[in-house]
Amino acid sequence: MESIYIESTPKTPLVRFDEEKGVVEIKGRSIPENSIEFYKPLVDWLDIYAKSPLVKTIVNVQLEYFNTSSSKCILDVFKKLEGIHKSNHEVVINWYYEEDDEDMLEAGEDYESIIRVPFKMIEIVD
Amino acid sequence: MSKGDVLIAYKGSITSELINDVLDAVEKKLEDVNEEGKTRKKLYNVLVESLQNLYHHIEETHEGIEEDLDPKFGVLVITRENAEYKVSTGNFINSAKIKYLKEKIDKINSLSRDELKDMYKFILNHQKLSAKGGGGLGLVDIARKTGSKLTYSFYNYNNNYYFFNLEIKI
Repeated sequence: MESIYIESTPKTPLVRFDEEKGVVEIKGRSIPENSIEFYKPLVDWLDIYAKSPLVKTIVNVQLEYFNTSSSKCILDVFKKLEGIHKSNHEVVINWYYEEDDEDMLEAGEDYESIIRVPFKMIEIVD
Repeated sequence: MSKGDVLIAYKGSITSELINDVLDAVEKKLEDVNEEGKTRKKLYNVLVESLQNLYHHIEETHEGIEEDLDPKFGVLVITRENAEYKVSTGNFINSAKIKYLKEKIDKINSLSRDELKDMYKFILNHQKLSAKGGGGLGLVDIARKTGSKLTYSFYNYNNNYYFFNLEIKI
């Protein structure tokens, strides 16, 4: 399995999935009209990674904006990570949000309550 | 249609490129006037959702509509009056879809903040994305983030079509 690295665009985030380090990163804006097209390869990658994950997987999600089309795909990503957590592998989820962005903090809390893996909420202060 | 300063007024095809252009233009304007971060984000989110709602749901055929219209015809007006922004969108809608849409908006408008959160989470967790990428979450998200009621009107155009106008306050 190869690692994934995708540069950000105005409508899609930077993605770095590193299987050697066990790091999963999504950063930037996720507002494509059709999010399935963008996220399917990522979910497929996690499916394979979940079969023999590292002892510890670190997940960094730092989104400035995401649309509701992406929100479902992001949940699919988290559900794969929940599966890894359930198979007794450590999964650390860091959810970053900008100072005063209560909507983004709340979005993280929504995901946390659905997938039942603890999130670490990290406020980015300028 | 609206009072106050007009930031953007557009009518024509709602394409992916148009959405990019509008988002860019609005982002620049908000930076120029030094708008507060919170308001900027909320307005940006509302614009993404409302434009993508148009993009996904616009009727592509306009049977019996006389004017020579673009296939994905829609209207967008963004105004600012005092400290409040208003996003107004318009599009033709098949008469058969009015009942569903009206019930959906009325339902959303009747919910409290916590109930909207529960509705959002329920749809997020239980409904599949359509092939077009829409998920039925856009209006719920808009209501949740703005904390204001959605205002709408349907104007009868002919037997088959109404013109649907949606107004969102930020």
